[in-house]
Amino acid sequence: MSSGSGRGSKVLVTGICGRLGKNVARVLHRERDVVGVDRRPFPDRPKDVDHRQFDLRRKRLKDVFRPGDIEAIVHLGVMHDPRASAADHHSWNVAGFAKLLEYAAQYQVPKLVVLSSANVYGPQPGNAQFLSEEAPLLGGQNFSEIRDLIEVDMLAQSFFWKWPTIETVILRPVHILGTVRNAASNFLRLPAIPTLLGFDPMVQVMHENDVVHAIQLALKKGVRGIFNVSGPEPLPLSRIISMLGRKQLSFPYMIARPLLDRLWSLRLTSFPPPELDHIRYVCMVDDSRAKELLGYAPKADIATTVAAVDHDRW
Amino acid sequence: MSPSIRSKDIALAKLGRYAGVIPAIAGLWVRQSEAAVDAALRKLLGEEFHARLARVPLKLGTAGVDPFGLDPEWAKYAIWSIASLHRHYFRSDVHGIEQVPPGRVLLVANHSGQIPIDGALISAAMFMDTEPPRIVRAMIEKWAQSLPFVSTFFSRVGQVVGVPENARRLLEQDEALLVFPEGVQGISKTFDHRYQLTDFGLGFMRLAIETNTPIVPVAVIGGEEQYVSLGNVRSLARLFGMPAFPLIPQLFIPGGQLPLPTKYRLYFGKPMAFEGDADDDDAVIEAKVWRVKSTIEDMLARGLKERTHVFW
Repeated sequence: MSSGSGRGSKVLVTGICGRLGKNVARVLHRERDVVGVDRRPFPDRPKDVDHRQFDLRRKRLKDVFRPGDIEAIVHLGVMHDPRASAADHHSWNVAGFAKLLEYAAQYQVPKLVVLSSANVYGPQPGNAQFLSEEAPLLGGQNFSEIRDLIEVDMLAQSFFWKWPTIETVILRPVHILGTVRNAASNFLRLPAIPTLLGFDPMVQVMHENDVVHAIQLALKKGVRGIFNVSGPEPLPLSRIISMLGRKQLSFPYMIARPLLDRLWSLRLTSFPPPELDHIRYVCMVDDSRAKELLGYAPKADIATTVAAVDHDRW
Repeated sequence: MSPSIRSKDIALAKLGRYAGVIPAIAGLWVRQSEAAVDAALRKLLGEEFHARLARVPLKLGTAGVDPFGLDPEWAKYAIWSIASLHRHYFRSDVHGIEQVPPGRVLLVANHSGQIPIDGALISAAMFMDTEPPRIVRAMIEKWAQSLPFVSTFFSRVGQVVGVPENARRLLEQDEALLVFPEGVQGISKTFDHRYQLTDFGLGFMRLAIETNTPIVPVAVIGGEEQYVSLGNVRSLARLFGMPAFPLIPQLFIPGGQLPLPTKYRLYFGKPMAFEGDADDDDAVIEAKVWRVKSTIEDMLARGLKERTHVFW
């Protein structure tokens, strides 16, 4: 058993109804009791997963903690929907998470795992090729929608210092590929993939199952801190596109940016224009700390990882 | 994502697919010309060039690219062009390159010539005139990362953004790193200041001490005369967001856009080892930097004395 505690130790998974949450639940429920909190339904959940369908910001959240048997929290419930209103986004991500932290402290839950993202560092022309965990979180510099995510990361960091009795782990994975509906996977699922003429940054991707694996490792007793997690070796974006056998359409940035701005305002695309920087500049991480202290290593090779975006198609 | 948006996305992408025929044709053409260039490459520099390339110690992933984006398939064209410049256009004389130690090394050179041909020629010398051949990594301006094509090109030929973390990582991988401590100030020197070193940055010395890397001073002669710059218009440089805006009269003469075919002379000095605390006061580090700087100044003075003509 990868977790240090025996069967019966309960883990609370927020955002359990997302693609990633479901994968986490399917792996964790074999080892321990899983309680899920999500406002979405979880129709095909494993029978022994206890799903509570409500919003994280509700008072009912406390009921989950009241019995005092929650041994760990895995927080995946971060909203990324770029179309949601900024206010809703903010209150969901920040207020909801703050509530969760409050109860974690009150009931002294021994373990908290927060899934942040390597995007908090942000793609910048002056980025080091591999950013360490100490790099400043500049992701919100040009892309305000990501500021909540940074705030969640920061909240978790201050929680880490405030409660030394609680093992807080912050995972910052690179672009997650698979059946998940995130920007990176959606982008690679496009029938023809737009790129920026003359830009072909190195990118890191990781398989969704490797993220689940990293979460499992983070749940081990004694593990705490911030960890960048990455997949197999980095590749130029164009290589990934050719591995998928998709067409690549290159647009000059001077055309692409206004075009995407236009498409965005007409609601014809779900890709926010500032995210263009991700296919323009480097935003890669150094995951040596995770390799050393978590014992993490990606299981999926680059071919499997990239091909995973198409698994969900029918 | 609502279903209607998704279908619109797909419709739009379908439209894109028709436009996709154009790159396919272009791709075919590129592949054909690539084969032709490869053949020409063999002819000009001989089979030996490819054997050399194969001997370069590289750390490539399964996809044939190193973690910094260096791709030998791309780099070979770049190396070939700078090797031709090195041998045939600038006809560089290389002195003392056998003193460059194997393993991690910092090559510290004077900077000159408005465009970094000095860097290219040092790289060419390290590839053509040493055994085993090495690919030199240089640190480039952040600014270059925001330029289309330029950024991709630099990355594929193994050049990295000039931040200390990158330098540290490369030296820990035992690479040869080329730095110009004068920076932009050095390369955009006007003609009246030729071969006078401007202020050296201190970063390279801290890096060398921290990573226990030997420093090889390099003097480059010939770069200052390739473009004669009469002045630097700072206001225009600021306006265009460029590091410098040199005034170069030859650019207005047809054919003058090419650098003048001066003869380059590259002098590699004895490796210098430095010890101490990398986080020492600036004054302590400055004294060490001064030793490197004065060595390069000496080498430059000697080289200029020996030189009988700028062009041959």
